[in-house]
Amino acid sequence: MKQLVCIVCPNGCTLNIDDSGDEIKVTGGKCKKGSDFAVAELTCPKRTICTTVKTVFKNAPVLPVRVSSDIPKDRIFDVMNEINKITVKDKLKRGDVVIQDVLGLGADVIATSDILSLIT
Amino acid sequence: MKNYYDVTVIGGGPAGIAAAAEAARNHASVLVIEREARLGGILKQCIHDGFGLVRFKEKLSGPEYAERFIDLLNETDADITVLTFVTKIVKTSGGYRITMVSRDGVASVVSKTIILATGCRERTAKQVFIHGTRPAGVFTAGTAQNFTNLLGQLPCRKCVILGSGDIGLIMARRLTLEGAQVIGVYEAKSTPSGLTRNIHQCLHDYNIPLYLSKTVTRVFGEDRLTAVEISSVDKSMKPVKGTEEIIECDGLILSVGLIPENELAETLGVKIDPKTKGPVCDQSLMTSADGIFSCGNALHVNDLVDYVSESGETAGKAAAEFNASARECIDAETNSNISYIVPQKIDLKGDLSKVVFYFRSRDILKNCKLSITLDGGVVKEKKYMFLRPPEMERIVLDFSKYNLHKNSRLIFNAEGEKI
Ligand SMILES: Cc1cc2nc3c(=O)[nH]c(=O)nc-3n(C[C@H](O)[C@H](O)[C@H](O)COP(=O)(O)OP(=O)(O)OC[C@H]3O[C@@H](n4cnc5c(N)ncnc54)[C@H](O)[C@@H]3O)c2cc1C
Ligand code: SF4
Repeated sequence: MKQLVCIVCPNGCTLNIDDSGDEIKVTGGKCKKGSDFAVAELTCPKRTICTTVKTVFKNAPVLPVRVSSDIPKDRIFDVMNEINKITVKDKLKRGDVVIQDVLGLGADVIATSDILSLIT
Repeated sequence: MKNYYDVTVIGGGPAGIAAAAEAARNHASVLVIEREARLGGILKQCIHDGFGLVRFKEKLSGPEYAERFIDLLNETDADITVLTFVTKIVKTSGGYRITMVSRDGVASVVSKTIILATGCRERTAKQVFIHGTRPAGVFTAGTAQNFTNLLGQLPCRKCVILGSGDIGLIMARRLTLEGAQVIGVYEAKSTPSGLTRNIHQCLHDYNIPLYLSKTVTRVFGEDRLTAVEISSVDKSMKPVKGTEEIIECDGLILSVGLIPENELAETLGVKIDPKTKGPVCDQSLMTSADGIFSCGNALHVNDLVDYVSESGETAGKAAAEFNASARECIDAETNSNISYIVPQKIDLKGDLSKVVFYFRSRDILKNCKLSITLDGGVVKEKKYMFLRPPEMERIVLDFSKYNLHKNSRLIFNAEGEKI
């Protein structure tokens, strides 16, 4: 029996995982997302990345960004590397794509703030 | 800016934004006063995700969450003034006279009601006792976050984090992502103070060690920090001689807690709860001073912004509907397993149909039961697998069906196994 903490929501349920049989059995979560999370953790753990990207604007030298959907956990630093190569020159808005389909992982890197349209 | 407002909100963080929008939607004339250049408060620099799960069922980053609310505020006709700092509030016949300073000089308005949404501040090195020199390289977690996420500058290359509060955990991950080395998170208490999920997704995911019952006892370095001394602490949090170890680093990040910011409230003679360090309020979030409301982290330190917005809306609606009249309050009492409860009072003349309480347990309690009694009879029971001090709980009660009177006793009892 393994234990995992579900990180999907602030409840942080402790999940009990029984993977001795053919099927992975998960108990302890307050909702179904807990078992989905546990199965993903045992097969292909995924995470989000929230970071910043450089800009050319003096009053907002960095723009907050995130990936539009979770990416494999072991590719986090590869994606960071791609994000660190970029300098934003346009006044992007919240939700605008900064890198499309980053490293072919099926997720875009998107801006998470309107800060560039608010500065002078 | 007009001369007179029904509602003036001081502080343009998530609490103030929600309060202002809700007051305006309830037909009040509203002014928001923010000292920084942009609305958004602390969320401007909280670029990580995890905001809005309760409210939007989505994992938003701090800026996204704040900007959604700012968009809603911009749809109302509330007036907003930024780069403006409130210096003085005095009671007048029509309400309160608020004096503020901005780049245009000094100005003042009269407001019927005031909502204090000034957020909280971080405990600093002065409040934790550390020996040694005063080199550069010692930051609060919030300052390190500001450097990294707003200025785009890495505050250090190799650091130690003191305190396991959520901001420290989040900064451990953030600095690691940006290429800095985080040697470890050191916590003086025997249990972590941040949310369990942050211990997992910020530390375990990046192999950052968490050391409990250890603290920083000395810092070294002339101009710049070169090393810190770590010691184990005993049960009474005293460093144990002979356990010292020296760790080389160029950054020490303090994540040792937040305190509600209530300087303005204190000048108004608002009663402060020693447990929350925020004002004592009734269910409309009105403080002991008539017409002065409090919400967000100024009221008590929240771990989820969703509840910050909720408290803002409660205060905003109540301020818009405010009419000076005598209150008749009873206390919300707790047993010793509960460290605090908000609101601390129930006004029997106010709305009793939906009273939202927020509380925290004092220790980690397992298999516990909360039972709420009114004059000896149980009005609500709720079971929890765990109650943990870092995780605030919320419970809603409808008192309209009970016969509350001024001698009524309302008691929150939490019982469970201490671990
Ligand atoms: C670093 C950090 C990480 C967090 N992470 C999470 C998370 O992952 N998920 C989550 O749900 N919550 C998180 N929180 C909690 C959440 O951010 C806060 O609960 C929320 O921002 C509090 O909102 P507020 O409006 O009360 O205060 P603040 O956001 O602090 O806003 C207060 C505002 O008042 C202004 N102000 C203060 N005094 C004056 C004055 N005299 N005159 C004019 N203006 C004034 C300030 O400039 C500021 O803009 C985090 C908090 C911090 C600090
Ligand atoms: S199991 Fe459900 S309720 Fe529990 S932490 Fe995961 S998502 Fe949240």
